[in-house]
Amino acid sequence: MSTQLSKEWPLWEVFIRSQHGLAHKHVGSLHAPDAEMAVNNARDVYTRRNEGVSIWVVRAADIVASSPSDKGALFEPANSKVYRHPTFFPMPEEVKNL
Amino acid sequence: MYAQQVETGLSTVRTTADMADDERAFQARIDAGVRIEAKDWMPEAYRKTLIRQISQHAHSEIVGQLPEGNWVTRAPTLKRKSILLAKIQDEAGHGLYLYSAAETLGVTRDELLAALHSGKAKYSSIFNYPTLSWADMGAIGWLVDGSAIINQIPLCRCSYGPYARAMVRVCKEESFHARQGYDIMLSLARGTPEQKAMAQDALNRWWWPSLMMFGPSDAESVNSAQSAQWRIKLFSNDELRQRMVDQTVPQAEFLGLTVPDPDLRFNAATGHYEFGAIDWTEFQNVLKGNGPCNRERLRTRVDAWEEGAWFREALVAHADKHAAVKEVA
Repeated sequence: MSTQLSKEWPLWEVFIRSQHGLAHKHVGSLHAPDAEMAVNNARDVYTRRNEGVSIWVVRAADIVASSPSDKGALFEPANSKVYRHPTFFPMPEEVKNL
Repeated sequence: MYAQQVETGLSTVRTTADMADDERAFQARIDAGVRIEAKDWMPEAYRKTLIRQISQHAHSEIVGQLPEGNWVTRAPTLKRKSILLAKIQDEAGHGLYLYSAAETLGVTRDELLAALHSGKAKYSSIFNYPTLSWADMGAIGWLVDGSAIINQIPLCRCSYGPYARAMVRVCKEESFHARQGYDIMLSLARGTPEQKAMAQDALNRWWWPSLMMFGPSDAESVNSAQSAQWRIKLFSNDELRQRMVDQTVPQAEFLGLTVPDPDLRFNAATGHYEFGAIDWTEFQNVLKGNGPCNRERLRTRVDAWEEGAWFREALVAHADKHAAVKEVA
């Protein structure tokens, strides 16, 4: 039985811009032989109910991701910098528009 | 349940004493409600069990298209035909979301499909029953997709991120399926006596197989206890089945149809329906491959795959040609 594809189709990550003018958002992935088919398949798989007005597809192999083991080194420094949030500075009630 | 009796490969539930540091940290994350993502460390048994569970679920979505495909050309109106086509297309989409989720665990699409086509992988027992009349399209949407929703809504909160996210998408679309099914049943139940009889016949044939979808009682099952500890199973089979009966019986009453169970009665003290014994011999027999349609379903699936080979090859040839032209330029 020829269950094996002659060549495994590459994996594409799919990003959709919703109707509301927001940034493209990752919605999932799919296999396709080329970019054109990836867009066609993304249309069928991810926008059957008006979910979007624009589609990006990117080969999954081309995405560079941070590694879970680097989580501490990358994100912990932000934890100690609470002064980056406006709520760090309590304002006197009399002061308006700040 | 679309994934019935998923093996964990373990003979006892893992205790803290059994675990090395990384596994203990992993279990602590799950207990704290933190999602596990594809690149995070996970025990091999968790990974393998999830691949089994998600792929069984994906296969069920794909094979689930076949009993309904039987009625596309014979739907009573153009509107019903369009709706049925849209539902079947959704099932293909659900299969794809789930295959993608399974692939994040390090298995390829080809391996998953090969397991389905060779008969090695399981899919839900429910799809091995025949669709004999148009009313079956109503009963499937109402009862089968209805049961699937009851099973899948908790999985939107399961511990594995890609699976949980796929389930969110599936559940959003699934309620269309259940409603269009009930809508078909409503039309038939309000139609001629012959049409109402068709609806009753469909309910008679689909009721018990739908209850079996949740799988046998797993109160004593090590696999289920381990899956519960991993939060990839959030309620027992019996709890989910009870929920299905409780919400479906009043819907049947509204249709003026009779649930085919002489032992069915409402217990005012518990607030639940009590129902008769399920024929688990039939269930085990269908799982073993001896249901009315097992061989036909698998053959149809394999034929579709093999007859589509030339098209997939053409797509690859086209992609290769354009890639080569680009390289030259």
